[in-house]
Amino acid sequence: MTITLTIDGQEVNAELEQTLLEVAREMGKEIPTICFHEATTANALCRICVVEVEGQRVLQPACIVKAGAGMQVRTRSEKVVRARRTILEMLASTMDLSEAPEIQAMMREYGASTDRFPDAERRESAVIDDNPMYIRDYSKCLLCWRCVQVCADDAQYTFAINFDGRGFETQIGTFFDISIPETSCVLCGQCVGVCPTGALKPKREYLLEQGISAGEISIMNTGRKQRKAK
Amino acid sequence: MIKADRVVTSTCPYCGVGCALQLHVKDDYIFKVTTPFDSPVNHGNLCVKGRFGYDYIYHPKRVTTPLIRRTRQEAGKRSQAFDLSEWREATWDEALDYVADRLVEIYKRDGSDAMAVYACAKATNEDNYLLQKMYRALFRTNNVDHCTRLCHAGSVVALQQATGSSAMSNTASQVIQNDVFIVTGSNTSENHPIISLQMKEAVRQHGAKMIVIDPRRIELVDFAEMWLPLKPGTNVPVFSAMAHVIVRENLVNHQFIADRTEGYNDFIESLDKFTPEYAEKISGVPAGDIRKAARMYANAGKAAIYWGMGISQLSHGTASALALINLAFLTGHIGREGTGLNPLRGQNNVQGASDMGCMPFHYPGYMRVDNPENRAKWEKAWNIEEGGLSLKLGLTTTEILSHAHEGGIRSLYIMGENPMMSEPNLNETRKHMEQLEFLVAQDIFMNESGAFADVFLPATPFAEKDGTFSNTDRRVQRVRAAHAPRGQARVDWQIICDVAQRIESRLGVASAYWKYSNPEEILREMGNVNSDYAGITYDRIDKVGLIYPVPDLTHPGTPTLFTESFPRGRGKFHALDYVPVNEEPSDEYPFILTTGRVLEHWHGGSMTRNSVLNDAYPEARVEMHPADAEIHGIRNGDPVKVQSRRGEVILRATVTEKTSVGVVFIPFHFAEAAANLLTNDALDPQAKIPEFKACAVQVFSAQENDLPRADVILNRGRY
Repeated sequence: MTITLTIDGQEVNAELEQTLLEVAREMGKEIPTICFHEATTANALCRICVVEVEGQRVLQPACIVKAGAGMQVRTRSEKVVRARRTILEMLASTMDLSEAPEIQAMMREYGASTDRFPDAERRESAVIDDNPMYIRDYSKCLLCWRCVQVCADDAQYTFAINFDGRGFETQIGTFFDISIPETSCVLCGQCVGVCPTGALKPKREYLLEQGISAGEISIMNTGRKQRKAK
Repeated sequence: MIKADRVVTSTCPYCGVGCALQLHVKDDYIFKVTTPFDSPVNHGNLCVKGRFGYDYIYHPKRVTTPLIRRTRQEAGKRSQAFDLSEWREATWDEALDYVADRLVEIYKRDGSDAMAVYACAKATNEDNYLLQKMYRALFRTNNVDHCTRLCHAGSVVALQQATGSSAMSNTASQVIQNDVFIVTGSNTSENHPIISLQMKEAVRQHGAKMIVIDPRRIELVDFAEMWLPLKPGTNVPVFSAMAHVIVRENLVNHQFIADRTEGYNDFIESLDKFTPEYAEKISGVPAGDIRKAARMYANAGKAAIYWGMGISQLSHGTASALALINLAFLTGHIGREGTGLNPLRGQNNVQGASDMGCMPFHYPGYMRVDNPENRAKWEKAWNIEEGGLSLKLGLTTTEILSHAHEGGIRSLYIMGENPMMSEPNLNETRKHMEQLEFLVAQDIFMNESGAFADVFLPATPFAEKDGTFSNTDRRVQRVRAAHAPRGQARVDWQIICDVAQRIESRLGVASAYWKYSNPEEILREMGNVNSDYAGITYDRIDKVGLIYPVPDLTHPGTPTLFTESFPRGRGKFHALDYVPVNEEPSDEYPFILTTGRVLEHWHGGSMTRNSVLNDAYPEARVEMHPADAEIHGIRNGDPVKVQSRRGEVILRATVTEKTSVGVVFIPFHFAEAAANLLTNDALDPQAKIPEFKACAVQVFSAQENDLPRADVILNRGRY
């Protein structure tokens, strides 16, 4: 069924099941996204895609809110821009965005300051190097949930990782914090493929960054671990 | 953060799924692999091999200089040389001249029947087309084969007999359109990981029902509606009993049978004996489950069958595949989207190498070699005098080696294959290899077979050459070089052209043409005669591959086959008999050994054991059921000796319910405990495929220090 709504003053037709993000992108309007990925189920975790919908008390995440007949949507109102800037500033105050060029570009675009919250506690943890294929550097993790989703029923159905902890302590982890080779992980790296911030990285790329040469990597023993019998 | 110098789009070199790869290159080194999320084959997903397992390209053991054996090898006394000291480095000219001299010498003395070649399902279509052209056009022999003989020959022959085609009838991504699908003889999660994701998606997101028919409790069983754990080698009675139920309960598709098939009446008569109770007695699958599975498959709106080597790798592999084809004909689950008969092809380009005619009975495009009309077409294409090409059927992979003796095969050219790991009954294979008078290896590693050679020609892996692979969907996709070949290594098709021209000048014959300036010219030459590929150009498959048949330059490709008719006209039912496996368990050898692959490794291990993948799965293991292990006093991780009538290996046991009682499983990747030392070389009478999936073995406890030293094997021959 086709409906009509208004986005930024422009009338537009949409299918009933389409999200505001899809409709806006079809119009050529750019709404920024971070946790959203075309290959995973949208969950509206990061809220960077929020838009203002008339009659709604709070801002609405465009990645999951469906287009409705007669909706009046503003994608870049002052309230929206302020919310996005604050989200970016909160991210920058707690995590390492050095390998997230897209988010850095958003910060420039929205004029977000890196020291808006100077007293914020940073989420820092050591790099986890426990398997031959990829490393996990959760200092760079913004909890977008994509890795958990592709490990579960968005792709692999392996269920090796999930959210661990509560509130500020929340981190992506394995059950009982066991090492990756002990989990059901099949080392497919779907998680690495969707990570937006470099928190998950192929081991070989990581070693090169550490200054180890390609020749040395080719002969190094990258930690032989017995595969656990299933 | 490393910034790539370039990102090169190519196709994965491992299994037949054919996933798109983006190779991120920095300083001529691939440091990362990603995949586009809009790829129609893999939708942004990869497995551990595709995403991480390409580093064998840079392994220091890779051979990148032409090598010639220091001591001249003689037939009957040929030995393996793993150590570099036994070889001397040669120039390309010297190595190529030597190959041409020796091959021509043997050909002039002993004729066409002394010559044979193994093509390579890992190499490109272009490489394979040229290799069979060289042997057919110059040495006038059809002794051309490759590992398709060892994987899906049973399925290919069965599909040829029943339909006239020999590939998957539908694409793998259509699995989400199935209402019911059968997965049998395929551990899809480990061998075609990306197709297994689509199967799981079909079940969890699209409401499809999956029936797994397999001796092992594979991962897919967790997602299946039913699991029928049959004894290895009892496919025919189980599938025929399903057909029996479908006929008895009148669940057949009468319209389809009348319009599209032949041989129905003879076929249903043959079903009388195949009652579910009879099948239960042979296979161990409860009769009630056979009935239920038959009803589920027959009553579905759209149903498909996906199968792997558990069907074909038997001494009655052709009959096993025919039993599945009969089911599809009975119910009409073929010729529409979301239905079909789908043998999941193993190698990245086994479909392509077969399409290119690297088989002893067929020219490119499955044209029989014993048909003079087909011969005339290729004589014209290759500038050969009329009647010049051989009408004689060639020898198959296994036969080529068993004919290696005085008066038989004298020389063998191996491109990229490793028969000393992949043939059955390796102790016998070794004796045959020793009998060869001259052996050429064109490869990237000095593997167990190349070590027997006189000359080693250093070739290139997928990431150093341009060309095409044809995946299990019949989709022809581009392969692109990420960087130049390492060292002095050369691209395979160029090596073949160099050898061929030297042979022509020594034979003093008119040229069949070898002066290609790029691989696309090679594909065009083949497509001019093979109409399936007629409409494929590199330009058309630049972004997304085309699914053949593509008969002309505007044709969009053919994802679903047999929508109107079968290539042979009507689909042919085949009446079948139950033939037991060649070697049944006995008191002396009470276990059935079945072989296969694991997720982290590939076949003979040339690639994956020289890769970081070996760290993820470093040693051979034999899977044993807890009930069997307890009787034999074997605990998880214990060293055991597994012995058959032909050989023995020592390796650690994994005690697991993944295998069934009375069945042990060994993957065949590990040279230090090669499963194929044990396997039976009994062949299927029609397809000549060996019985890798069932032989009789005994298991004994062994000592820790009896275990072979994998590190010694892996370190030998530092090149």
